Amino acid sequence: MSDTKKSFLIINRKAPYGSSAARDALDVALTISVFEQPLSLLFMDDAVLQLLPAHNAAAIGQKNLSANLSMLEMYDIDQLYVCQRALEQRGIRPDDIELNIILLDQSGIAALIKKQDQVLSF
Amino acid sequence: MIFSIVVTGAPYSSQASASALQFSRSVLKLGHTIHRVFFYADGVHSGSALAAPPQDEANIPSEWTALACEHDLDLVVCIAAAVRRGVLDENEARRYEKSGHNLSPDFTLSGLGQLVEAGILSDRVVTFGA
Repeated sequence: MSDTKKSFLIINRKAPYGSSAARDALDVALTISVFEQPLSLLFMDDAVLQLLPAHNAAAIGQKNLSANLSMLEMYDIDQLYVCQRALEQRGIRPDDIELNIILLDQSGIAALIKKQDQVLSF
Repeated sequence: MIFSIVVTGAPYSSQASASALQFSRSVLKLGHTIHRVFFYADGVHSGSALAAPPQDEANIPSEWTALACEHDLDLVVCIAAAVRRGVLDENEARRYEKSGHNLSPDFTLSGLGQLVEAGILSDRVVTFGA
């Protein structure tokens, strides 16, 4: 592994099911953490639905994503940023989310992206 | 500047792979280098040697191969994403007891660590999604 550290931001934009994007992003997040690089996750648009608890994914024959999301803490991935506007647009209250999240407005999101070395978008 | 490219959209379904090709050509033309091109999710289909598009359409897998040969590019296909979608090299075909393999010889199957390593060693990572 390299000694160089790069800060990574993964931007999630897609709903938890319907495409592989959420799971793909999570797999990359876990790999970045194995490489011990500083990592933040940002949830925008329909990706905020990934954060809701108690998915019943088995009903549509999918693996449950929320179990994996709760693994993030075990991997020391604790920088979870959430687009406030996306929550409001979908009628989700921050209290509905059981993970420790940091709410950001549009200028906060811009500042977060600006300070990263690498940004990966899913 | 050192770039790495990530392709997550399937060729022909999305413009991701075709746009990534054009971007890569431009980057190289301007004198930058590309550390790696990483094909992830549906992007793995860009590595299929069996794609046979109509003659008046671009053959995207062949174009990647041509660019890789010209500039000695490292074309890496995510192994977990690929074997799920039936993009196999000879080893994986043998491991899963499949009757054939279709990964173009200019591409390599490897893990997500190759994507993260590319991020660590490159100045910019540019993602082309669906």
